[in-house]
Amino acid sequence: MKIAVVVFPGSNCDIDLFEALHTVCGAAVEYVSHKNDNLDGFDAVMLPGGFSYGDYLRCGAIARFSNIMPAIVAFAKQGKPVFGTCNGFQILTEAGLLPGALKQNDSLKFVCKTVPLTVENNQTLFTTQYKEKEEIDLPIAHADGSYYADEETLAELEENQQVVFRYAGENPNGSLNNIAGITNKTGNVLGMMPHPERAVEAILGNQDGLRLFKSLLENGKVATEEAVR
Amino acid sequence: MVNVRIFVTYKQSVFNPQGETITDAIHSLGFSAVKKVNVGKFFDLQIEPNDKTVAEIVSQVSEQLLVNFNLETYHYEVMEEA
Repeated sequence: MKIAVVVFPGSNCDIDLFEALHTVCGAAVEYVSHKNDNLDGFDAVMLPGGFSYGDYLRCGAIARFSNIMPAIVAFAKQGKPVFGTCNGFQILTEAGLLPGALKQNDSLKFVCKTVPLTVENNQTLFTTQYKEKEEIDLPIAHADGSYYADEETLAELEENQQVVFRYAGENPNGSLNNIAGITNKTGNVLGMMPHPERAVEAILGNQDGLRLFKSLLENGKVATEEAVR
Repeated sequence: MVNVRIFVTYKQSVFNPQGETITDAIHSLGFSAVKKVNVGKFFDLQIEPNDKTVAEIVSQVSEQLLVNFNLETYHYEVMEEA
């Protein structure tokens, strides 16, 4: 399984993602520049955190217009795995691959800390190595992470079990329904504000993020073959 | 050339944390008459209409880029025509 880590101008968690997947999990990983226009040969795509295009206009709004984006949209529509953390999540909503939007934290503050989360759905490509309703800890670091969607969209997310991660303790940003991460309807696109790539080694003090990548590596290849068929 | 100002604001139904914080600050200045503040942003565009009208250009630019309709709404004013 070969994984693309897309690098936008202003991405700053691309190396963390690369190291988590390659050095820690032993996966084949390549950086793909935002200037490229195809993802041929890749089985999964990762959008890193950071401040793509300086967060100008709205977080993730400008990245939507980069060269690589049509290829990412096509890749997702084929049912292949796409993952976005933090700014990557914001980009996925702006690109219309995930419903809703991320708005400024209710506190108006940049929040950087480790928070407890509940794994709400352990049947996705990205979460099979977690137990149902398992409580895990992951770091967050964002100023614009308050998930918002209209009532109808929220109800649909809940009904389809698209809410994958929920804040278990105090809600750090004011997100509706304590949402921390969601998938699209078909479950192959996951966006989340927390940073699993920052919690993959004991020396980092936390390994709760590791199983997300291991789940993907275990399930992703199968998903890609199904999508191609 | 037409100068257009496009105003983008959160929808009424969406909580505007900056607006609430600024409202609190205004109250601590003693202006209890101010009941609500909604913070938004504006974009000044200089447009030279070609095959599309100003209204068409403004609505398409707003809808495709400047506004995220999950959260926001917009209106615009033609400032001056030269």
